[in-house]
Amino acid sequence: MSHLLEIRDLVVTFTTPEGQIRPVDGVSLTLDAGETLGLVGESGCGKTVLALSILRLVTEPGRITSGQILWKGRDLLTLTPRKMRAVRGQEIAMIFQEPMTALNPVFTVGNQIAETMVVHQRKSWKVAMQDAVDLLRLVAIPDPERRVHDYPHQMSGGMRQRVLIAMALSCNPELILADEPTTALDVTIQAQILELLDRLRQERGLAVLHITHDLGVVAEVADRVAVMYTGRVVEEAPVTDLFHDPLHPYTLGLMASRPRTVEAPPAGARRRLPAIQGMVPPLTRLPAGCHFAPRCPDLFAACQVAPPPLYPMGPGRAVACEKFNPEEQDRLASPADEGDERDENARA
Amino acid sequence: MRMPVPDLLKVTDLVKRFPAGQRLLGRPHAWVRAVDGVSLTVARGETLGLVGESGSGKTTLGRCILRLIEPDRGSILFDGVDLLSLSKRRMRALRREMQIIFQDPFGSLNPRMKVSTIIAEPLIIHGLARRQDRPRRVAELLEMVGLDPGCGGRYPHEFSGGQRQRIGIARALAVSPRLIIADEPVSSLDVSVQAQVLNLLAELQERLGLAYLFIAHDLAVVRHISDRVAVMYRGRIVESARAEDLYAHPLHPYTRALLASVPVRDPDQRRPRSLLAGEPPSPVGEMQGCSFASRCPLVEERCRREDPALRPHGEGRQVACHLVEPVSVEIAGVRGDR
Repeated sequence: MSHLLEIRDLVVTFTTPEGQIRPVDGVSLTLDAGETLGLVGESGCGKTVLALSILRLVTEPGRITSGQILWKGRDLLTLTPRKMRAVRGQEIAMIFQEPMTALNPVFTVGNQIAETMVVHQRKSWKVAMQDAVDLLRLVAIPDPERRVHDYPHQMSGGMRQRVLIAMALSCNPELILADEPTTALDVTIQAQILELLDRLRQERGLAVLHITHDLGVVAEVADRVAVMYTGRVVEEAPVTDLFHDPLHPYTLGLMASRPRTVEAPPAGARRRLPAIQGMVPPLTRLPAGCHFAPRCPDLFAACQVAPPPLYPMGPGRAVACEKFNPEEQDRLASPADEGDERDENARA
Repeated sequence: MRMPVPDLLKVTDLVKRFPAGQRLLGRPHAWVRAVDGVSLTVARGETLGLVGESGSGKTTLGRCILRLIEPDRGSILFDGVDLLSLSKRRMRALRREMQIIFQDPFGSLNPRMKVSTIIAEPLIIHGLARRQDRPRRVAELLEMVGLDPGCGGRYPHEFSGGQRQRIGIARALAVSPRLIIADEPVSSLDVSVQAQVLNLLAELQERLGLAYLFIAHDLAVVRHISDRVAVMYRGRIVESARAEDLYAHPLHPYTRALLASVPVRDPDQRRPRSLLAGEPPSPVGEMQGCSFASRCPLVEERCRREDPALRPHGEGRQVACHLVEPVSVEIAGVRGDR
């Protein structure tokens, strides 16, 4: 069965004064029509670079060095620049995080939405401007006939984010790459935007790659989730499995270290959060073995040797952790049990 | 009954307006009421969380309390002393007792100063440690915030965001304050580092008996750290209560909507999200009636006319809403319980 999008073993390299780094280091992912894949990770884990590389927007000193990005069966990395331009915007569109800077301040929002349609779909400006009004209505901007003539500075952050979504939708894409689309917004406005994205996905059968650092957002929007750490996917799972039974120590740590809002806090957790020790290592100084090893509470000898591959863990699940290495299960049996206990404590 | 101990901080009816539009050489013709009659108290050793969305006035309020911004009206009592009546000089002396931690660990530390100088500066300004004692005091402070006591010779850019925030905390602690105003102290940090800094703040509070005014937009973080929580909307406090009461039974329609908007970390509990239509109204100009009336799902005629006062509502709680009557506690509690 072929997927709408299939990323195979993608590696992106950046040349820095301190040496070569790999913000994306062998990532494989799939995405089907109508599906939302949540991509979670902290800053510097490579999630934005991954999205940019799908559109081949990685620029110097960055370079896609190996792997494939199969879009409806064709490898995007082999397309001519001209063919790639046709994919961008028309088939795959991106929504950026910063609604304050992603719009051009000297053009009206209508002009900016219409421009994509004039360029990609060869519509006349007159038709395109009318369509821009319809798009603003679709993303629930009140009084779209008037607002289409507004400049970005005349709009609030939430309105600008809606304009960016309208712009992304203007050429009827099949896939939207949403990079932290609600991070800059207030929580009541975030709720409105998440609702809007979900409605559009249902109405148009859109596939969405939703990049975020917020586990709450993931729980609300995603069908499947991939957790990234220092350029690699460390855990992949259907959303309910991930939240009910997180496997990777990093996923566990992330979930435990965030205080809860609406759910009652577990007893005794009032003052001390189970924080992950240490910090994300800089990509220039990664450990030789598993990148999470220096912060991991469940360390095995194998963790210091090489980064673990993703071990399959049942339907749609995989985890890159030696604790789940099937061949090592016997040898690791006793320390692994201890580890499980500690996990229980972390969860409690 | 215990003898009432005066609150460490008592703010009454504080107002700060900023000019919004100005004619050339003329007087301003419109005003933004950033802080619009706020009253609050912080007890010794207590954490008051102040939540609100962007533009609600929470940062301005924090700065007015330290007189980093001069308020227009109202009173601020710190340990019984009226701050607004103090001369600049005496105010500066009193700032030793009240310090601030800023949001941006990159912008709030001078990049040309060594960490030891950054931390020693308040000691010098307030004449607190003799020159020969300073290095020891700096090392002590660094250790207290979980940094290597020997790292004072390094510059801010050599540290990560979380470490810089620790340096900012060490600087605030240098003068042994009793109150710390923490303005979004963890919001620019990664999740795993946020937890470390929150733990540090809680530890320091226990050890040093600090009181915090903890300003943040993140409802989960505020719940975790606070004893009491005040919710701000458009320059006003609309509800305040003990943290567990506020989160379990929010009474003000805005508090309820705010809590209902937070994504829940349980995919089995997905629910309709946008309970609040529209956006906060423009803060420019005079306001009539309840500040939340334009977005409130329960709005009535009276709300647009009369400004609801912040009234006591059961133990330790205040609510500013015409529709929340003392008798409706049960019903409102059940409806608001999500």
